[in-house]
Amino acid sequence: MKSEQNQENTKKFGMVIDLDVCTGCGSCMVACMAENNVPFRKDESDKLKSITWMRVYKLTNGKPYPETDICYLPRPCQHCEGHEGHSPCVSVCPATATDYDMQTGIVSQIYTRCFGCRYCMAACPYHARYFNWYDPVWPKGMEKYLNPDVSVRMRGVVEKCSLCIHRYQAAKNKAFMEGKTEIEEGDYQTACTQACPAGAITFGDLNNPSHAVYKLKQQPHAFRLLERLGANPKIYYVSSREWVRRAGDNYLKNEGPAKIG
Amino acid sequence: MSNSDDKTQAVSEKTVETSDRPGGSSKGIIVLCFFIGLAASLAFGWGVFPKLLYSRKQQPIDFNHSLHAGVVSNGCESCHFLRDDGAYSGAPKLAQCIDCHQDVQGNSPEEAKFVDQYVKKGIEVPWLVYARQPACVFFSHAAHIKAAKMDCVTCHGKIGESEHLKVYEQNRISGYSRDIEGASLINMLGFKKHTWDRMKMDDCSECHQKQKAVMGSVQTQKEGCFVCHK
Repeated sequence: MKSEQNQENTKKFGMVIDLDVCTGCGSCMVACMAENNVPFRKDESDKLKSITWMRVYKLTNGKPYPETDICYLPRPCQHCEGHEGHSPCVSVCPATATDYDMQTGIVSQIYTRCFGCRYCMAACPYHARYFNWYDPVWPKGMEKYLNPDVSVRMRGVVEKCSLCIHRYQAAKNKAFMEGKTEIEEGDYQTACTQACPAGAITFGDLNNPSHAVYKLKQQPHAFRLLERLGANPKIYYVSSREWVRRAGDNYLKNEGPAKIG
Repeated sequence: MSNSDDKTQAVSEKTVETSDRPGGSSKGIIVLCFFIGLAASLAFGWGVFPKLLYSRKQQPIDFNHSLHAGVVSNGCESCHFLRDDGAYSGAPKLAQCIDCHQDVQGNSPEEAKFVDQYVKKGIEVPWLVYARQPACVFFSHAAHIKAAKMDCVTCHGKIGESEHLKVYEQNRISGYSRDIEGASLINMLGFKKHTWDRMKMDDCSECHQKQKAVMGSVQTQKEGCFVCHK
């Protein structure tokens, strides 16, 4: 039993998001909020106070018509591995509320452990972490629609995307009932992946050659956000447009994503 | 106690030499008051407060596990079963009980109460769950029973042989069952004989650390947080 759990079973869940396919419809954001009991406020226009685990950003190339072009970039938590699991947020958390799991490659956030110092928010280069300024208030009757597999958060703690870890837990439960020890690729998919009508998001185990993400991340046009920081994120993006790939990091005029490699 | 008395005597003797009597006896009274106060606080802290902290509730029906275990065919899993998707059914619903208890079967007053107040009216029994964990905890019965091949008794003890349900003690502040925090004061401090004496995070982690060689967590070198949290 002990040796079975070893290296070869180590998973690294991640995503490859095709930015050429994303239409910016925002289905992933809605699905994520509904799936993960993400609280919302009456006025969601103040983005310093609103919470969006999955957030679609709009990028423009800044050129006048007819060269003008836009790109939508969905941004979940990047689940950075850093160097040996020392992702930016995990390194600074004084409460051990956030942690990197070498077995799944998921950066966990335990809300009851968090005391709200927000160091992790300052450390995160992707603005993927959000602070609960208020206790969640659900419109009357809506509390009945909350997902029982995801704990709701209280005022004063930080929250972020968990790669729908509860779906992984459920998938494993089902596998155990069927007498299996491993789950299939399709058994565990995040809510945003399934909600995307364009199929822009692909989710799976980056370590497993039989999973779609394994090949997709090796495409020549695949890149990660702010790659040179060394945060080693597990969310890959793909775009055939060079200006989009350039927008993924702060490149100087005379350098580009192709030169960095 | 005699030691401290000697000390107070020594102190009062010293003061006799330098000042007059009333000052000396007042110091003795202070020391005496200190020990009385200490004893009173200890008695309150260890004796009275734990009783005040927990409200004691009786289960709606005094269920007899032993009696039922003799009648059903599939042991504990006859009523406490796992669903096909791996979810645990927990305490049985009325629909299951109705199979046998459409009408009163025996002559137990508890059964008559159950049939009258719940079956006939179609109301679910509001069982108090001793093992109810906080919302942030993920526990999988399927992982323990199916994958790790553990039996019910390992964690729950011989509940199946009990004839009465024990009193449910609820923490007035946290709202959680006392079985989570420790059945006795000694259990609360982490000294326990049985698995079911306390069910806090350290108790889960203690066993998990023994069973597994690979620890995923970078911060704690234990198992990953999301193994038992959600």
